Amino acid sequence: MFGKLTLDAVPYHEPIVMGTLVAVILGGLAMLAIVTKFRLWGYLWKEWFTSVDHKKIGIMYIIVALVMLLRGFSDAIMMRAQQAMAAGESAGYLPPHHFDQVFTAHGVIMIFFVAMPFITGLMNMVVPLQIGARDVAYPFLNSLSFWLFMSGVVLVMVSLFVGDFAATGWLAYPPLSGIKYSPTVGVDYYIWSLQLSGLGTTLSGINFIVTIMKMRAPGMTLMKMPVFTWTALVTNILIVAAFPILTVTLALLTADRYLDMHFFTNELGGNAMMYVNMIWIWGHPEVYILILPCFGAYSEIVATFSKKPLFGYKSMVYATSCIGVLSFVVWLHHFFTMGSGASVNAFFGITTMIISVPTGAKLFNWLFTMYRGRVEYNVPMLWTVGFMVTFVIGGVTGVLMAVPGADFVLHNSVFLIAHFHNVIIGGVVFGVFAAINYWFPKAFGFRLNEFWGKASFWCWLVGFWMAFAPLYVLGLKGMTRRMNHYANPDWQPYLIVAAMGAAVIAVGILCTLVQFYVSIRDRKKLTDPSGDPWGGRTLEWAISSPAPFYNFAIVPQIKELDQFWEDKQNGVAYVQPAKYEDIHMPRNTGVGVVMGAFGTVLGFALVWHIWWMAALGLVGMIAAFIVRAYDRDIDYWVPAAEVEKIERSRHAQLKQFQTTQVAPVAAPQRQKVA
Amino acid sequence: MQALFSRLRYAGVGVAVLLSGCNLEVLTPKGDVGVHEKSLILIALGLMAVVAIPVIAMTLWFPWRYRSSNKKATYAPNWSHSNKIEVVVWTIPAIIVAILAVITWTSSHELDPYKPLESEAKPVTVQVVSMDWKWLFVYPEYGVASVNELAFPTDRPVNLQITSDSVMNAFFIPQLGSQIYAMAGMETKLHLIAREPGTYAGLSTNFSGEGFSDMHFKAIATSEDGFNEWIAKAKASQANLDDAGYKALAQPSEKAPVAYYGNVTPNLFVNVINQHMGEMSHDAAKHGEMQMEGMHHDAPQESMQMDMHNHEGGDAVSSNITPAKAEK
Repeated sequence: MFGKLTLDAVPYHEPIVMGTLVAVILGGLAMLAIVTKFRLWGYLWKEWFTSVDHKKIGIMYIIVALVMLLRGFSDAIMMRAQQAMAAGESAGYLPPHHFDQVFTAHGVIMIFFVAMPFITGLMNMVVPLQIGARDVAYPFLNSLSFWLFMSGVVLVMVSLFVGDFAATGWLAYPPLSGIKYSPTVGVDYYIWSLQLSGLGTTLSGINFIVTIMKMRAPGMTLMKMPVFTWTALVTNILIVAAFPILTVTLALLTADRYLDMHFFTNELGGNAMMYVNMIWIWGHPEVYILILPCFGAYSEIVATFSKKPLFGYKSMVYATSCIGVLSFVVWLHHFFTMGSGASVNAFFGITTMIISVPTGAKLFNWLFTMYRGRVEYNVPMLWTVGFMVTFVIGGVTGVLMAVPGADFVLHNSVFLIAHFHNVIIGGVVFGVFAAINYWFPKAFGFRLNEFWGKASFWCWLVGFWMAFAPLYVLGLKGMTRRMNHYANPDWQPYLIVAAMGAAVIAVGILCTLVQFYVSIRDRKKLTDPSGDPWGGRTLEWAISSPAPFYNFAIVPQIKELDQFWEDKQNGVAYVQPAKYEDIHMPRNTGVGVVMGAFGTVLGFALVWHIWWMAALGLVGMIAAFIVRAYDRDIDYWVPAAEVEKIERSRHAQLKQFQTTQVAPVAAPQRQKVA
Repeated sequence: MQALFSRLRYAGVGVAVLLSGCNLEVLTPKGDVGVHEKSLILIALGLMAVVAIPVIAMTLWFPWRYRSSNKKATYAPNWSHSNKIEVVVWTIPAIIVAILAVITWTSSHELDPYKPLESEAKPVTVQVVSMDWKWLFVYPEYGVASVNELAFPTDRPVNLQITSDSVMNAFFIPQLGSQIYAMAGMETKLHLIAREPGTYAGLSTNFSGEGFSDMHFKAIATSEDGFNEWIAKAKASQANLDDAGYKALAQPSEKAPVAYYGNVTPNLFVNVINQHMGEMSHDAAKHGEMQMEGMHHDAPQESMQMDMHNHEGGDAVSSNITPAKAEK
């Protein structure tokens, strides 16, 4: 009846897990109680869960990513604590099987359920606004993508309390991830949570490519597109090209585990090397999927806060595209030590270092954007400068490991760990925090508190270097990754420093949470009446904060790269149009939620081999989709009168703001080159 | 060019010293391969420092110099393009990468782990099997084997043939240089040499399950006499690594103590490889010999085609071996 699932699947004997479970249940109950007490269920369902508004979906992605960041980070703290303790004879406090799950979950969660939703959330929030669109091309699909992603999140979280998670490392190399060496359901949780969320990612990739290609405001040619949108375009092309490879690779692993096939085990001619190749053919583009939109965000931020146009826009676009193409021809650098021939290794090493040329060009372009600018040190800018310094080091160590001969002694060491955290924390996480601080007013109508934002930045910067500089050194001392304990007592001092670094980062995360709290509390004071708190250059700053649900009352006409900036210079940015038109909008739908829920059932059932339940989940998903396909009531018109009413109050507010402000930040004076 | 490299090496050393004043095993190699790799690391770091250091300096200088409160600094609010700068920022990294690419190409061939080391001295062959969770070292020329202890004479190349009887692992002695994966049903090769006697840490660098953290071994580089003594000590062991002995050893175990085998079944290593090629799922028992025989001749060759690496030097044509070749 319940497949492999029995009551024994709950790890009663593990106090850490049970403690977490109790905390999660209590926290969950408290949350439910609050929602019920304040009668928020209807509001949440109508305004958020069923919403097809790209801005709300974007916000939900980012909220989930923040929650999962806490989960992934607790894993990190546990690992750092374990390694700080477990020297010599000491076994630390985490037994290997638990530790192995922790580092696997850390990697999986941080990449798939933190970094990815941050990126997808930002693209959702910003891209349609930057191109003057009213939503994405397929609003329902967008909601479905989010809820499929949520099913993945739910499965990963459930694995903590029912059964176990993979203990294989975040890429689950066979044969270790095969049924012979991983007989429990851990790898199955891994597979199905990634399959469900990966499907969501692929769909949202298609959605964004179509949105960017087809829904730009009239006059916005590709070379007049804001840089963030350019990076989003390239990232989504990478998603559509790379994620199906992940889907197929995991499907073959599934066949190995469920159907006794041998794609990746030696029997019957299978080969694990195939898996390693395939997973990295997805895996390397994946890191560029994460970093490119962050590069886009830095570009917007550095131009805005330097009060200058981005230096070398065209060069940025070409660099982004180059990186996109090259990211598909470097995958083998993840396993130079697998015994490929020297020429093969050298080829992939050289393609890898070629990527550093366009990346370097980007860094120089940001530098020359600041050059002869008027740099303002708001929180987003701090993150950007911190990123630039940090990322250079990460780039250097990356190119170093692209040399096969050097990689032969650095591969899989904690030097490698330091390197990729250097680029993912220093690049992606810094970028996401920069972007959140930058675009937050557009989402909610008020700025984030500067003090706590700056405190968070400094904690992250200092904490990052404390946590990972020792790992660079340890890598050169021959320490390998994923060790539960180690015999060499020389390593311990470094690992203690690293653990302290993680604690400093924890304070940084705490500062971010405080920042949210304080900002919400002081939202009146931090309000953004102009819709343009930073003196922005791109279209999203032309509309009110928070953006109205239809985004643009009148679709803007584009003649320049930084159209809004030009309009401000020419004094035509806030001219109220004589006449409004009806606006065509998509209607909210609960089908995404329903399909996501059935998807969760399907995934859970497949993990535990509960076939009837799997059938139920699959049929439920298909049925919900068919119902949706026959639903003709999927859109509506906002009458021009209603648009006019909303816009009139916006313009009234603007006028009031402009008269009360002595020197409006929104419209700095045009200055000649001195 | 040579002088440039040596200067770059010093620059690299500077970076390394900055990193730490302590003993960095990977950067204090005790054999030729490691020495070569160390200098490669330092040259590469030195080359990259040519761009990285100015960039970091500019990253700190520009935002400070052009801070909004510094009204003395020039402000060029519309300046966003310069062909000259673009040419420089694309060309200089490209030149560095071009130099690095040449170094990469030549060093990858020189350091190809499959390439036998050039040496007057006669090499020692060691067959390495990674197991759950220990290392087995077989000395086919001496008919002995050891667990979690690898001994070899200094100044003589060590030819390592590596496989796994379980999941993927990687064989690595940080102070001697290169590592390489150990994979079931396949053989990988590694050639190392030690120039200084000593006991070096050896470990698996590819996560392989619960007992992974204790999967280390001692690599003892010793004199010719010391090595002969070590072989004699192993030879004196009563333990026999025949089929039964191997089966017992192959049982998963953690923190396995050092052990010696005075007697080893010939072809043990090839059998370990073929055992993974021959396991025809559940049908193996049913079809019996015919299948096994078929696998002996076909499977390794079949996998050879999947693995058509063009390794240079000697017989290291492929990472897979045919039994015929291995028996030599």
